[in-house]
Amino acid sequence: MITARTLTKAYGEFIAVDGIDFSVAPGESFGVLGPNGAGKSTTMRMIGATLLRTSGELSILGKDPSIDGPAIRAHLGVVPQQDNNDTELTVAENLYIYGKYFGLPRSYLTPKIDELLAFAQLEDKRDAKVDSLSGGMKRRLTIARGLVNDPSIVMLDEPTTGLDPQARHILWDRLFRLKEDGATLVITTHYMDEAEQLCDRLVVMDRGRIVAEGSPASLIRQYASREVVEVRFGSGRNGEIAASISDIGDRMEVLPDRILVYADQGEATLQAIVARGLMPLTSLVRRCSLEDVFLRLTGRTLEDA
Amino acid sequence: MSIGTQPTGRLHVDVRRVGRIGALYVAEYRLRNMWKWKRAVITDGLGNPVLYLASIGLGVGSLVNASLGPQGLGGVPYLLFLAPALMAAAAMQGAMTEAMFPTLAGFLWDKGFFAMRSTALTGGQIADGVLIAAVCRVTFTTAVYWLVLRAFGAVEWASALTLIPVAVFAGACWGALMLAITAHAKNDDAIISIAMRLVIMPMFLFSGTFYPLSTLPISVQWIGWISPLWHATELGRWLSYGMPLPSWQVAVSFCYLVLMGSVGLLVARRRFEQRLTA
Ligand SMILES: Nc1ncnc2c1ncn2[C@@H]1O[C@H](COP(=O)(O)OP(=O)(O)O)[C@@H](O)[C@H]1O
Ligand SMILES: [Mg+2]
Repeated sequence: MITARTLTKAYGEFIAVDGIDFSVAPGESFGVLGPNGAGKSTTMRMIGATLLRTSGELSILGKDPSIDGPAIRAHLGVVPQQDNNDTELTVAENLYIYGKYFGLPRSYLTPKIDELLAFAQLEDKRDAKVDSLSGGMKRRLTIARGLVNDPSIVMLDEPTTGLDPQARHILWDRLFRLKEDGATLVITTHYMDEAEQLCDRLVVMDRGRIVAEGSPASLIRQYASREVVEVRFGSGRNGEIAASISDIGDRMEVLPDRILVYADQGEATLQAIVARGLMPLTSLVRRCSLEDVFLRLTGRTLEDA
Repeated sequence: MSIGTQPTGRLHVDVRRVGRIGALYVAEYRLRNMWKWKRAVITDGLGNPVLYLASIGLGVGSLVNASLGPQGLGGVPYLLFLAPALMAAAAMQGAMTEAMFPTLAGFLWDKGFFAMRSTALTGGQIADGVLIAAVCRVTFTTAVYWLVLRAFGAVEWASALTLIPVAVFAGACWGALMLAITAHAKNDDAIISIAMRLVIMPMFLFSGTFYPLSTLPISVQWIGWISPLWHATELGRWLSYGMPLPSWQVAVSFCYLVLMGSVGLLVARRRFEQRLTA
C-alpha cells in the first residue's frame, strides 16, 4: 500500500524527515510514535500527497504522489492534525461538499452521510453548525469526513490529542471498529497507550529519523523489560541513591524526578531496594510500555522530548 | 453496515470527472457559502447603486454639467455617462471582495483550502473555483445595478446587453489579479488595507469615473491609463452609447484587461498549488 525509501523532507536548511524507510501492508494498522517535532505530520502529509518530498522514493497505492496526486488522494482518507471543517456550514453539508470533491454523486452521498453520522455518533448534530460542536465532536466529524470516499488507506494525524479522556475513549472505540473492519490505518501519536491499543506495528520516530520498528509487544520485549519500578527519593537525592542500587534489576534510568529500575519481577526488585534500608517517598511497580522504549532509545521521555 | 472497507464508495470515486469539472464543485461550495449571507448580498447589491445614484449621480451631475457645459460629456446625459463607470467599479469591487476574503480564509483563517486539497482536487482548480464563484456573484450584482439604473431612467433596455457583460468582464479580470496577489499574502491586515487605501480609492477617483479623464491635470492622468477601471469604463461608454473611441484604443483597453486577467489567473493557479503542497 505504502513504500518509502530514504524519504526526506527539508524545509530550507532544516531537515524535518531524514531519509526514513518503511512500508505498510494492506489491512495493517501502522503507527508512527514520536514526540512533538519528530516529523510525524511532515511524513503524513507526504504520504497524503499534500506535501512534496525533497528526495527519496515514495509509492502510495502503486503510484508516485508527485505525479499522480489527485488519483492517490482520491483513495485516501485524511484526518489532519488540526480540524479544518468549514465552521460556517452544517455537519451534513461538510460531509456532502467534501464528498463532491471526490466526484461522488448525490445518490451515493445521501445514504453515505447517514451512515457516517451514525458511525461518528453525530446524528443529532446533522444540521448543527460546526461552530457549535465540542472538540471531540469536531474530531469525529473530521474522521467521518475522511471516510466519505471509502478510502483504501485512512490516515490519522494525532487523532486524540487535546481531547478529554472520555472523548478519547469514544474515538478509540470508533477507530477500533475501523480496524476490525479491515481498513488500512496509518496513525501518528505521541501517546503510547494509543499506539499500544490501535497499532499492529509501529515505528518510533525522533528528530526526523526512525529509531525502532516492530509490534508494540516486540518493541517492549526488545528495548525494555517486563516490568519497571519507579521510585522517588526527592529531587536532590535521586542521583546519589541511584549509584547505591545500580546493581539491582536489569537496567536503570535516572530522571530528574524519579529513578526507573527495569526488571522481570517488579515487586521483588522493589523489595530488594527497601531491604537496603532505603525508603522511597513514593514507589510504583508497573508493566513496561512504549514510553520506556522511547526513553531507552532517546534518553528522553515522550512528553519532555 | 461497514465503514471504509466495502469497495462500493471506491467505485463511485471519479478522478477523471473531478479532473474535468472540479473547479465547478469548488464554485458550488463558495456559492452555498455566499447563500448563507444572502440578505447582505441583496442589501449590498441594491443599496450601493441607489446610494450612488441618489447622491453622486444627481448631485455631482449638476456640478459637472454646470462646469463643463452640456457638450462637456459629448452631449450625453450625466447618468448615461456615469452608468458604465459605476457598474464596472461595482463589479470590480465585488470581484475583489469575493476573491480576497475566501482566499485569506482558505490559506490563513480556517485553512479550508488545505482540506480541499486533500481530495482529488488540485490547487489550480481551487483558484479557478473561487474565481468562478466571484464572477457569479458579480453577475448578480451588476444585473441588480443595471436594474436600478433602468429604474432611474438612466439607461435604455438595450444597454443591458453591453453594460452587464463589460462590467462582469472587468470584474473577472480584476478578480483574477486580486486572487493572485492575495494568494501570496502572509498575513491579512496589510493586504486588506493596502488594497483599499492605495488601490481602490485612487482608482475610483482618477479613472474618469465622474468626469472625463482628460479634464484631470495631466500629472494624475497616468493613474487612469494604468487603471483597469478606466479601460473598462471606456469600453462600456463606447459600447453602450457610442462614445467615439479610436479602434486602436478599443483594442488596447480590451487586451489590457485580458492580459491582466490571464496573467492573474495563471499566477494564482501556480501559487495556490505551491502553497498547498509546501
Ligand atoms: N512548513 C514548515 N516550515 C519549516 N519548518 C517546519 C514546517 N513544518 C514543520 N516544520 C518543522 O519540522 C519539524 C517536524 O514537524 P512535524 O512534522 O509537524 O512534527 P510532528 O508532527 O512530529 O510534531 C518541526 O521541528 C517543525 O518545526
Ligand atoms: Mg504533528
